[in-house]
Amino acid sequence: MEMPLTQHISSNRPALHLKDYTSVGGYQSVHKALQSLTPQEVTKMVQDSDLKGRGGAGFNTGMKWSFVPMNTTGQTKYLIANADEMEPGTFKDRLLLEGNPHQLIEGMIVSAYAIQANISYIFLRWAYKKAARLIQTAIHEAYAAGYLGKNILGSGFNLEMHLHTGVGRYICGEETALLNALEGKRATPRTKPPFPQVSGLFGKPTIVNNVETLCNIPHIVNNGPDWFRGLSPGSDAGTKLYGISGRVNRPGLWELPMGTTMRELIETHAGGMKKDFRFRAALPGGASTDFLVEEHLDVKMDYQSVSAAGSRLGTGTMIILDDQTCPVGFIHNLEHFFAQESCGWCTPCREGLPWTEKILLSIENGEGRQEDLDLLAMHTRYMGPGNTFCALAPGAMEPLQSGLKYFRADFERHINEKNCPWR
Amino acid sequence: MLSPDEIRKINHEIALVPVRKAACIEALKIVQQHRGWISDDSLRAIAAYLEMSAEELDSVATFYNLIFRKPVGRNIILMCDSISCYVMGYREVYEKLQVLLNIRFGETTPDARFTLLPNACLGSCDHAPVLMINEDTYRGLTIEKLEEILQEYK
Ligand SMILES: Cc1cc2nc3c(=O)[nH]c(=O)nc-3n(C[C@H](O)[C@H](O)[C@H](O)COP(=O)(O)O)c2cc1C
Ligand code: SF4
Repeated sequence: MEMPLTQHISSNRPALHLKDYTSVGGYQSVHKALQSLTPQEVTKMVQDSDLKGRGGAGFNTGMKWSFVPMNTTGQTKYLIANADEMEPGTFKDRLLLEGNPHQLIEGMIVSAYAIQANISYIFLRWAYKKAARLIQTAIHEAYAAGYLGKNILGSGFNLEMHLHTGVGRYICGEETALLNALEGKRATPRTKPPFPQVSGLFGKPTIVNNVETLCNIPHIVNNGPDWFRGLSPGSDAGTKLYGISGRVNRPGLWELPMGTTMRELIETHAGGMKKDFRFRAALPGGASTDFLVEEHLDVKMDYQSVSAAGSRLGTGTMIILDDQTCPVGFIHNLEHFFAQESCGWCTPCREGLPWTEKILLSIENGEGRQEDLDLLAMHTRYMGPGNTFCALAPGAMEPLQSGLKYFRADFERHINEKNCPWR
Repeated sequence: MLSPDEIRKINHEIALVPVRKAACIEALKIVQQHRGWISDDSLRAIAAYLEMSAEELDSVATFYNLIFRKPVGRNIILMCDSISCYVMGYREVYEKLQVLLNIRFGETTPDARFTLLPNACLGSCDHAPVLMINEDTYRGLTIEKLEEILQEYK
């Protein structure tokens, strides 16, 4: 089984330095793209590979790039790697950043070439200290080897790269809020249109891509779109970094063909549930995805299949709810997070999330009323898609709306028994 | 007043951006690194240097949770309170920390040795519960290990 993203990552040794990385084929895609392909050809390859963005929304990456205006000699354009990874339960980009920073830099050079961007940023969350050190070293090495800077490999293409570490807040991961953060402003999202591809950082055309998305680029350029699509037996292309946290025997991360089932992930890779714990449900792709339950265990973890089951693949890192954890407490914890992290820009989210959190807390503490369940359901509609300025609030409503559906009896027990049955 | 060292580092950031005040988050980080937190005086000094109003800079400074607008202790404990840590027992760890330090979230010990803050997911969910002290991450925490970990920080 091929594992392009993690083939050079090992927990037994530190990340590869540039010379070791090049000796195993690293930076080949930069040679190939800059010396033998036009930017349009690179974009076409990526589009044909059917690579979908790994940051959560799952949009075709090559298609996204194709909206960047070309024939713009001399105009500043930007490429940004979104390494803000703050979605609760998500820890996949950390592996790529700490395990092989050169792979990300390689992917960024080729991606920047495809859109003809001359300035690039890695927007890294503050907490990833080790990654920051490794990336900084790797960027220096890449400059020294002539993969960054002026006239890269004699191709006439120039690229600067900077590491920017954030100072907190989940909303910085939303791509337009990220642009504001990079501009030294409050990280509130921007109105779309204009889309960042046309008017992004400092008003210039900008592409923001997730770390895992960018790490796939070298392999697609080296091996071609057909190879990439062939990595997965299912309807979505490539491999995926899947993760599991919660009460399983071996929580962790695995690179597997896109479309591996939930059951295989939990039972084979994570070693099943811990002794004396039973599986009740999972958030398949981070805190802002709908619960899936036992009947969904054979769902393939790809974009289409997870949507068909009523959730989203999201980041592909699953959080397990076991039978000894209270579902109301679990959902309260999620909504506490979202209420804290709301940027406060639009009213439904700023006001609605704290209310939601308070109602959930009162139910959890045995002070809930039957009407509260309708009130919660109403909030899931008011903060649903289309009613808020960005996707934070609709994302926050996903575990709540599905929780109300699957755990209705548990909510009612809290209300009727006037306490939490798990305490 | 900004120190020459602070000014040198801020100038480096200003050179990277098209407008001066776009360097303001970096400037806040630099000054916080030197002084531990951002006092009103520090805020005014940075704002003046970047040719922006102190109010505008404060609106930025107060948005981000890792810019401290109040004095903090010598060591900052950031404890993950998000979902994977919740499932894996962060509450017990938090309760033990409260006993050991005699402070709660948002507070600083009287000797200014520790400030304890809750933090969103620290991205080590396969080793929950997790906390960070300054630059160090501790994974797979148990209450037995806590006392020993705290000893490291003076
Ligand atoms: C509240 C919020 C937080 C987000 N956080 C991240 C993040 O930390 N990392 C990320 O790659 N994408 C994040 N996204 C998605 C980005 O907005 C954007 O879609 C993504 O970076 C695009 O990259 P992709 O096309 O490669 O997936 C977030 C979105 C929202 C609404
Ligand atoms: S939905 Fe929430 S996070 Fe998004 S803009 Fe509105 S207030 Fe901000």
